[in-house]
Amino acid sequence: MAFLADISLPIVMGILLGGLYALIALGLSLVFGVVKEINIAHGDLVILGSYFGYVGMTMIGIDPILSLIVGMPLLFGLGFAIQKYLLNRAFRISTDATLIIAFGISVILQNTYQLIWTPFPRDLTTSYALKSLVLGPVRVPLVYLINFLVAIAVMVFLREFLRRTYLGKAIRAAAQNRKVAQLMGINTDHIYALTFAIAMAFAAIAGVFLGLTFPFTPISGMPFLLIALGVVVLGGLGSIAGTFVAGIAFGLAQTLGGYFFGVAAQMLVAYLMVLVVLAVIPRGLFGR
Amino acid sequence: MLKVSHIDVFHGSFQALWDVSLSVKPEEIVAIIGANGSGKSTLLDTVSGLVHPARGSIEFDGKNISALEPFHIVGLGICQTPEERGIFPDLTILENLVIGSYNHRARPKRAQNLQGVFKLFPVLEARKAKLGKTLSGGEQQMLALGRGLMSSPRLMLLDEISLGLAPLIIDELYRVLKEIRQGGITILFVEQNVKRSLAEANRAYILEAGRVVLSGNAGELREDEKVNKAYFGT
Repeated sequence: MAFLADISLPIVMGILLGGLYALIALGLSLVFGVVKEINIAHGDLVILGSYFGYVGMTMIGIDPILSLIVGMPLLFGLGFAIQKYLLNRAFRISTDATLIIAFGISVILQNTYQLIWTPFPRDLTTSYALKSLVLGPVRVPLVYLINFLVAIAVMVFLREFLRRTYLGKAIRAAAQNRKVAQLMGINTDHIYALTFAIAMAFAAIAGVFLGLTFPFTPISGMPFLLIALGVVVLGGLGSIAGTFVAGIAFGLAQTLGGYFFGVAAQMLVAYLMVLVVLAVIPRGLFGR
Repeated sequence: MLKVSHIDVFHGSFQALWDVSLSVKPEEIVAIIGANGSGKSTLLDTVSGLVHPARGSIEFDGKNISALEPFHIVGLGICQTPEERGIFPDLTILENLVIGSYNHRARPKRAQNLQGVFKLFPVLEARKAKLGKTLSGGEQQMLALGRGLMSSPRLMLLDEISLGLAPLIIDELYRVLKEIRQGGITILFVEQNVKRSLAEANRAYILEAGRVVLSGNAGELREDEKVNKAYFGT
């Protein structure tokens, strides 16, 4: 019984942590699935969301979650501009060009963060971020549970948006066949810019909840980009359900890896799991 | 209605069309005939704005459209039913059709156009909730035609609608095509099947290696010695 109680903590924590990972990966997954771009700057843009929450909290004194009312439209606009004025143009040269542009954005963002906020870690410490609650046999931080619920809410929202709205249908059409979508009268460049913008609005959300959970530095974007990439390929290209399940699988592999092999090995275990699953199912868990 | 004048089209450094000219008059059915790789699809893609000509011009109702983007051209009333149908596999039939009316001119007429398409192809209404990828080849072609009609076109460009289909289904499709034309829509279509094309069209252009080698009334071309020699082996 002692063992069961012991192991239930990493399991519960892994699942809840997976919610945050899925939330971070969602924007990357959307852009990957629709625009077919690997947005190398995704992690840094998520961290921009974290810093935005930090500014709202320290300078104006508002709750980081509340700051999303401004943060989401801001990142939405930034995302739209990045895709419309940089990536869509780069795409006409080659798909590699978009990768290089995104890498450039990443470098610029990291250095800008260093200039403004110094290399020291920041965090979004709120009163509720430190609370914990009892879930069955274990006690978990409240913020982990909030992350998980927010991830579900955001994913259900995205899924219904893509299914039910006319714009959502057009985005799916452009994702499935770019050329035919153009022949149907869809301005695919515009659709891609909107998709990137929506992904960045989600990145703003992910950034705030990341900041509520972990301290962050100007270079925190990179490790979270790597996690998000692992989650996206594990889940299967462009599948929302796949991203969610893969997020949980990744979180579980990490916490259980830490439990059995020590904290130093936890990320190694998680990436090995991704590797093994992809060796067996190359398209990912929910890939088509 | 449509006037293509002396266009050269390149794919990278490869020249796909050489000095191609053709015209389509209102309510005509015009065929473009040629073997694989003769440039037929490139010609349609150029009219649709997917590729732009390096030289020459394309006019629609007297307006030069050769530099316009595809979504713009669809809005003017030119739609293309692409090669291999291009059905969105993970959209339902209804969603495929609704996406067909994306351009702003067609949106207000969506309900009306949808009724028309269902009347033309009852099978699509019966299966409207099914995903595109679950349809048979014939049904996919009907969906592709229906989706094109959803855009309220004045000129339809059809790329090999008979490809890989049974003769009975092809007959049915061409019967529907005549109906579409009677509804006042002009048709420019591409085919490999010479006999069929010349039977269905008013006029035809024959493409060979990116050049127009012969053109004229379909009836006259059927009698033409060169055509017979090259395509019917008599």
